Amino acid sequence: MSLARRILLALAAPVLAFVVAGAVASLVLLISGDDVGGFWSVMFSMPRHRNIVSILNTTAVLYLSGVAAAIGFRMNLFNIGVEGQYRLAAFAAGAFAGAAWLPGWLNTIAAIVVAMVVGALWAAVAGLLRVTRGVSEVISTIMLNAIAGSLVTYLLAKVALTTGNSRNTRPIPEGSRVGTVKLFSDSPTEVYGLSLVAIVVGVGFWVLLNRTRFGFDLRASGASESAAVASGVDVRKMVVAAMLLSGAVAGLVGLPSMFSDSYSYGSAFQTGLGFTGIAVALLGRNNPVGIAFGALIFAFLSEQATLLNILAGVSPDIVDVTQGVIVLAVVVAYEIVRRYRVRLEQAQVAGELAGQRRTPLLTEERN
Amino acid sequence: MSTAVTAPPPVEAPAERRSRGLRFGLYLAGGFVVLCLVRVITGADELTSSGTLAVTLTATMPIAMAGLGGLWSERAGVVNIGLEGMMIMGTLGAGYFGFHYGVIAGIVGAVLLGVAGAGLHALATVVFGIDHIVSGVAINIIALGVSGFLAEAWFSDLEGGGPTQSPPLPTPFEINIDAISGPANTLEGKHWFLISDLASVVEMFTKNLSSLVVFALALFFVTQWVLWRTRFGLRLRSCGEAPAAAESLGINVYRYKIIAVLISGGLAGLGGALLSMVSSSGFQVGQTNNRGYIGLAAMIFGNWRPSGLFMGSALFGYTQALPFRQGTVSVHALLLLVALLLVAIGVVQLLRKRRVQAIGAFAFGVLFLLWYLVTDIVPRDFTTMAPYITTLLVLALASQRLRMPAADGQVYRKGSAG
Repeated sequence: MSLARRILLALAAPVLAFVVAGAVASLVLLISGDDVGGFWSVMFSMPRHRNIVSILNTTAVLYLSGVAAAIGFRMNLFNIGVEGQYRLAAFAAGAFAGAAWLPGWLNTIAAIVVAMVVGALWAAVAGLLRVTRGVSEVISTIMLNAIAGSLVTYLLAKVALTTGNSRNTRPIPEGSRVGTVKLFSDSPTEVYGLSLVAIVVGVGFWVLLNRTRFGFDLRASGASESAAVASGVDVRKMVVAAMLLSGAVAGLVGLPSMFSDSYSYGSAFQTGLGFTGIAVALLGRNNPVGIAFGALIFAFLSEQATLLNILAGVSPDIVDVTQGVIVLAVVVAYEIVRRYRVRLEQAQVAGELAGQRRTPLLTEERN
Repeated sequence: MSTAVTAPPPVEAPAERRSRGLRFGLYLAGGFVVLCLVRVITGADELTSSGTLAVTLTATMPIAMAGLGGLWSERAGVVNIGLEGMMIMGTLGAGYFGFHYGVIAGIVGAVLLGVAGAGLHALATVVFGIDHIVSGVAINIIALGVSGFLAEAWFSDLEGGGPTQSPPLPTPFEINIDAISGPANTLEGKHWFLISDLASVVEMFTKNLSSLVVFALALFFVTQWVLWRTRFGLRLRSCGEAPAAAESLGINVYRYKIIAVLISGGLAGLGGALLSMVSSSGFQVGQTNNRGYIGLAAMIFGNWRPSGLFMGSALFGYTQALPFRQGTVSVHALLLLVALLLVAIGVVQLLRKRRVQAIGAFAFGVLFLLWYLVTDIVPRDFTTMAPYITTLLVLALASQRLRMPAADGQVYRKGSAG
């Protein structure tokens, strides 16, 4: 296959998905009698500097959340529980850092470790239930999400400082906060320091997948469990390890804004990032680079959505619909493109074989 | 086509089936007696009051409908994690059509919107052959967005409505038999062991019983009959067990799978209607609150069978209802129940010479007993956790004995039979 054709095929699926998603969004807006033109002009408007900063910050957390989900997905382990893992972890880190047992930067580092350990342990519950008791991780992580929500509320009430209607953990001391990166001089918001962790995690994920034995075993278990077992992979151990790793990355999701903006975990802490992360991972095909694009696109859509109500009088919920349709459409489109590519390859091989004089029988079709 | 399936796939013998029905009844009765016992010991009368049972029933049925939907779909081999989304569509349909065109239209609208969501799932999983869980997750995201968006568009300007809720909806016809419920209520007030508790059960079925709940209960028997007693059901289940074999016998696997998923969505939509028209007074955004997932868990707990699934749903319904009935005290009494049950499981395991499991059950039993003895109430946040922890515990204890349809969750492509 020529390079141009290969690139065209790789791009076909996402482009197709976005066209479908755009069409669905327009259709819904038409039915509800909303301003379709206004919707599009807002969505395609150039974000202002402060919005660009928000997009970058959101991209970072969505990337972390997406990678957390993708680690499990790569071995067919559906960790739906990123949501609960990051909330519990962020609470633990906030409470720990607020208590200020350690001075300055040591406190920050220790809090990050606490977040990762708590996230990992919470995820490990699902992993252990799966390998020892055969409980599907899909169901157990959903239950653990709900339990985490109540648990955090309960624990927050125990340790929190209450001011008015909101409850927060003790503020992180000045010396342990993480600075910000100023991108634009005229923007009141700045890029959170810990957002840069996303880059480290991304590189780490790529190295782990492609350059380590663990990554190979992970991919092998996902591609074919029986083949992995036959080649000596302990799948049970891999399940627990993958869940631990996934949970540890999930533990990082809540930290950037906490250490650079809110300085505490409170009842107003942002939720839902875990579920969006799943969508981002699917959009990026669980690939380190793909997830980055997925996170950027979702962050962009979410940020533009905040303007919809003011500028076009359209409910921002339409963007949730669009995001969901994108995920579904992109997966379907990849499947269609994959089948088309297989057929293309088959035709090509058949053509080459016909070119030779002796044609061995092609008995096995891949699809 | 008439010769499509002659020999049934290996199903249990009739005698075994009868014993399963018997066992189901025994479990139910045994659990109830233990519950009565705990009520008498702890004095937490809300445990089996008719009020609690009535709330339990209305809390159970939406979960049960989601679970039944999951059963239809998974029996045909399609995992349906999109039940949550289809249920959301159901609540929205009940809100819109119920408000504008009345009760019946509300129910029909809820079912149809659920079917619409299921159509998307069927298209993605059966026709395009993508991963079932991926499709389900996407459908849940879409449904959540659609419900939020359309709720704002439809209900914002209505009196009594708002951007996140519909105006109060008409309720389905309620059944009242005063001649029975009156005496039952008197009997319940005596708080006699077992007799008063049974009176509560009688009262639950004779006072303010929603016709929609009765209809939903009837669907369990319909499902049992259709799936296990008709040719259609046998073929449908064969698509979930061995689709290639089914196709080689001339069954149109795609068609059966699509029908099953559509029915699944309709049932989930009905569950949504129950939520917004029976359990509460109207549609609200986020009303389903994970019930679709819990229904799925109930179905797994019930070993992909209607009777077990109903028992699982009732368990969840009960743990959801109890926090609203003197929650902190009632759930505290429940700790004793859990302790007793765990000890009972421990004894059974010991008799079966499984020492490790027995010790585990005993250890947890003693822990729960200590928790019961040391404290007086259970904090509110823990009571909201109860249904989810129950799910996890039950699945952890039971999942090894479960058997899902052999080809459940696998993508099937036409022509795989070769």
